[in-house]
Amino acid sequence: MNIKFYLLQRFYSAVIVLIGVSILIFIIARIIPGDPARMALGPTATQEMVEQYRDKLHLNDPIHVQYWFFIKGISEGDLGESVYTKRNVTTDVSTYFPATLELIIFASLIMVCVGVPLGILAGRFKDKPIDNISRLISLLGVVTPSFVWAVFLMIIFAFYLDILPVAGRLSQDTIAPDKITGLIIIDSIIRGQFSVTADALKHIILPALALSLSALGQASRLTRSNITEVYDKQYIEMARAYGYNEFKIATKYALKPAMIPTLTILGLDFAAMLGNAFLVEFVFAWPGIAKYGVQAILYKDLNAITATTMIIATFFVFTNLFVDLIVAYLNPKIRLSGIQ
Amino acid sequence: MKIFNSRAWYKFSKNSLSIVGLLIVSLIILMAVFANYLTPFPEHAGPFVDIPNKIKPPSSTYLFGTDKIGRDTFSRIIFGYRTSLYLGVIVLCIAVPIGTGLGLVAGYFGGKIDAIIMRITDIFLSIPPLVLALSIMAFLKPTLTNAMIAVSMMWWPWYTRLIYNLTRSIKNEGFVVSARIVGASHFHIIFREILPNCSASLITKITLDMGFVILIGSSLSFLGLGVQPPTPDLGTMVSQGSKYLPDIWWLSVFPGLAILIIVLGFNLLGDGLKDLFDVEL
Repeated sequence: MNIKFYLLQRFYSAVIVLIGVSILIFIIARIIPGDPARMALGPTATQEMVEQYRDKLHLNDPIHVQYWFFIKGISEGDLGESVYTKRNVTTDVSTYFPATLELIIFASLIMVCVGVPLGILAGRFKDKPIDNISRLISLLGVVTPSFVWAVFLMIIFAFYLDILPVAGRLSQDTIAPDKITGLIIIDSIIRGQFSVTADALKHIILPALALSLSALGQASRLTRSNITEVYDKQYIEMARAYGYNEFKIATKYALKPAMIPTLTILGLDFAAMLGNAFLVEFVFAWPGIAKYGVQAILYKDLNAITATTMIIATFFVFTNLFVDLIVAYLNPKIRLSGIQ
Repeated sequence: MKIFNSRAWYKFSKNSLSIVGLLIVSLIILMAVFANYLTPFPEHAGPFVDIPNKIKPPSSTYLFGTDKIGRDTFSRIIFGYRTSLYLGVIVLCIAVPIGTGLGLVAGYFGGKIDAIIMRITDIFLSIPPLVLALSIMAFLKPTLTNAMIAVSMMWWPWYTRLIYNLTRSIKNEGFVVSARIVGASHFHIIFREILPNCSASLITKITLDMGFVILIGSSLSFLGLGVQPPTPDLGTMVSQGSKYLPDIWWLSVFPGLAILIIVLGFNLLGDGLKDLFDVEL
């Protein structure tokens, strides 16, 4: 066993999972009763129109041929046309995905920058007030759906205190910078339009906070339990006996081994935000992929639904793969011998 | 396994949060079951209209205010709990047997069956839960029954994984090995030796999951893809109420708090059981 073999194995299982996901999504879209063409076109469409549409979606071909077209489409980046927007689904997704990406990146930043230090403090000061506060935050975070957080935060900060905007990505009179990455905050910084950056930041705080709260609690509890475990180890006692100061012990000896298991879960949380984004984008009228997905569902837009689910699953799988790579690098056991 | 023998009860009751959880859960179940007798306006659960009393802020008559057509929010929340609990129970009744069965088979027999079942489980687990439920709902009519099917479809893999890991560690224990040596059938070993030893973890996970199933169910109906009006549902109430923010705040705030409280109750109770049985999930 060596590291190359380990990485190859990881990559291989990610590909297998993705093929499985594509079959699963394909099956869900095909076996469910009702004619997708009829559903998409509505009751007023003539039989001829429905037949034409069925041909276009390859619905009249045998099932394995349909799957072949589906895979071919994915590999060519062509997932068909959306019934609702009349554009290619790939174009639609590339328009809406950056907004969601920006949102979940920002939410993850909050999760990591608040959750992890909170967990470290809670672990260091076990059963002290700070530990109980972190316990309360995590409990409330886990048991409250993100759409309820979204509504509460909106009432407090947008209506009652009136310091943050209610909805959208930018104010109406602000023009988005020309697209480079699609992430408004990054684009506006690159182009030097800092007033746009400020406006975008103002708009992203509430949705990102609503999205991050449940993951934040989990992150802090996890960091806490891993760090208390490490603090009980003998080498920490050893370091103390050598007279190292607490800060050095925390950062150099305790944090790294404690963060390795935490990192895997953080990766999962980051990807899982894509699911909760559906709820938060809905409340804050955030023009992202989740809002597009919900719209696709309401209009029974077959191509758009499969594309959205496929993109999200791919993103999920690759995030996990990426986190595995980081863990492999950080964990000397894997880095040197390829054994987990 | 006797939860109510005095030593276990003592251990459980030492943690006051577990007791709070137990109280919340029993109170909500009681209210939901006897909603017809306990709510001030049971007829408001359906398509009831009382225009003179519309949009009343919280008062002593209408504890949590009334909605756009004069229905009492408090009564509707209690009936909403009924829908939530119904959804939670049915979903777990479908997902737990399927997940547990597959986990037992995969963990006990190993080999090819193990590889196939666990790969399929991995695939289901690699789509964010809510997204999977949504893509199933996308092709079904938004009704309570279909929401239950969609949530069950995404929930069983978690049980497969839990029971699979437990089975793999239990099957090499002395008592299972001896049962095999004296010639016990696979059926006997799986259901009489292994399954009973998973029950503590199962009960704990079911309790915790009751809350999370309710949470996902309310998320679906919040997006308009679950229970349809006029059936009272907490998610739908938050969604419809949020359209009238900030003026008619009570229409979304109270149902939102109601979801928080029921999930919190099951969570605290589940954590209490986790400590009591000393299980890892």
